[in-house]
Amino acid sequence: MYSEKVMDHFEHPRNVGEIENASGVGTVGNAKCGDIMRMYLDIDDKGVINECKFKTFGCGAAVATSSMATELVKGKTVQEALEVTNKAVMEALDGLPPVKVHCSLLAEEAIHAALWDYAEKKHIKIEGLEKPKTDISEEEEEEEY
Amino acid sequence: MGKMIYLDNAATTKTAPEVVEAMLPYFSENYGNPSSIYEIAGRSKEAITEAREQIAKVLGANSRDIYFTAGGSESDNWALKAAFEAYSSKGNHIITTKIEHHAILHTCEYLEKRGAKITYLDVDQNGIVKMEELEKAITPETILISIMFANNEIGSIQPVREIGMLAREHGILFHTDAVQAFGQVPIDVDALNIDMLSSSAHKINGPKGIGFLYIRKGVKIRSFIHGGAQERKRRAGTENVPGIVGYGVAAARAAETMEERTGKEAELRDYMIRRILEEVPYTRLNGDPKKRLPNNINISFQFIEGESLLIMLDMEGIAASSGSACTSGSLDPSHVLLAIGLPHEIAHGSLRLTLSEETTKEDADFVIEKIKEIVARLRSMSPLYEDHMKKLAKASGK
Repeated sequence: MYSEKVMDHFEHPRNVGEIENASGVGTVGNAKCGDIMRMYLDIDDKGVINECKFKTFGCGAAVATSSMATELVKGKTVQEALEVTNKAVMEALDGLPPVKVHCSLLAEEAIHAALWDYAEKKHIKIEGLEKPKTDISEEEEEEEY
Repeated sequence: MGKMIYLDNAATTKTAPEVVEAMLPYFSENYGNPSSIYEIAGRSKEAITEAREQIAKVLGANSRDIYFTAGGSESDNWALKAAFEAYSSKGNHIITTKIEHHAILHTCEYLEKRGAKITYLDVDQNGIVKMEELEKAITPETILISIMFANNEIGSIQPVREIGMLAREHGILFHTDAVQAFGQVPIDVDALNIDMLSSSAHKINGPKGIGFLYIRKGVKIRSFIHGGAQERKRRAGTENVPGIVGYGVAAARAAETMEERTGKEAELRDYMIRRILEEVPYTRLNGDPKKRLPNNINISFQFIEGESLLIMLDMEGIAASSGSACTSGSLDPSHVLLAIGLPHEIAHGSLRLTLSEETTKEDADFVIEKIKEIVARLRSMSPLYEDHMKKLAKASGK
């Protein structure tokens, strides 16, 4: 079902984790649909993404697209990171099955959400960046067993 | 990779060697068409008669009432569509449940477009039909109650005896989809007042592509496939002789081994359930703990998603299934898990393990260890788990 690249990024995801006091954090997706991505960016004074980490709740493709997205934005400037589209993520993974294309969209949204958070914290405007949809409900119901 | 541990026996089973052996002569030796007159055709015909008797015996049924089909889905389609048509002068109301297999649910949707009124009963949190709600749903127009014997995802066994009694009292036909139950739990169609019953061979170590519909004598039901005198003219088409032979052997085998086999499976099932619930936090069992298929385990792991879990289990050589949306091609998780009241995100993190007679305690222990490792790994990657842990830390810090 998945390409070797997807399986590689699922099995050995790059940049899993959190960044404390990150420059920007974005969470997108919805637990109801089974996908949530959170992306952490560490951006230096020159606007270069030095570090990028992620956490993802989701299927194999969701994990792989998150992992690839972090690889693609690392070392890039904020403006360059905006160019990392879902298509770029998919191509870098040698494609995704049609039902999983939404995972790559989520990865793009996660980057945008993290950049948006960074811009808000810095009180700057990033050209070409629109406010991302925050699909995730604020009050996740906690199920205890 | 080392050996595979196959824990998806509710999806399909390995064809038993004695079943394969019994089938083989009907491919290239006794290949005659059972409707023909010469000697090798006679052998095919006799083989079908024998298989029909083997199956009828398991159900306490008359062999005349067993109609071979291509499988469980066809049997379900036939029972519903043909009964709806044959009893249209009496009424148009069918009662079923929200946790049926799609072969029932999608057929019901099809019939709704053709004038049927369908009641989809809720189930309780363990996935069991509530008898008082079933009774309340009955109207003078009710022609059929179709309720599965046991659920394919969560293994819950329905109160079939009570349902049969109620249907009989009201003069309503009772059909049960027994695809998961046949050969796993004792079934007597007379004692349980079952009028129609669907089953499929490949769930009980028989071949794929063969099933049957039991239709009690006296039930008015239309032919499903026209064009020949096979199956008492009700289901035309040259018989799948090897499949039928294999089914007969598989059914006889399942009945003979039932007590010992299912006893062993249930013991291992309970052992695995107990250990997983005790050793993995934020975990719940789906389905009834007792009224449950002997080989079914269905557990939800909070904060993780099922497909990821399945892929990682597969990498360890473990074959299992999940109620996650990602395995279904839609965005919604299993309708069964939602029907028992699970929130979407918990339903996404479900795992179904269905054991076989070949599953050993060593297999079980290996699988449990792998589940523990994989769940911990996926949780370490999960933003939901991160949020939960931070919340806990905050609460205890204050």
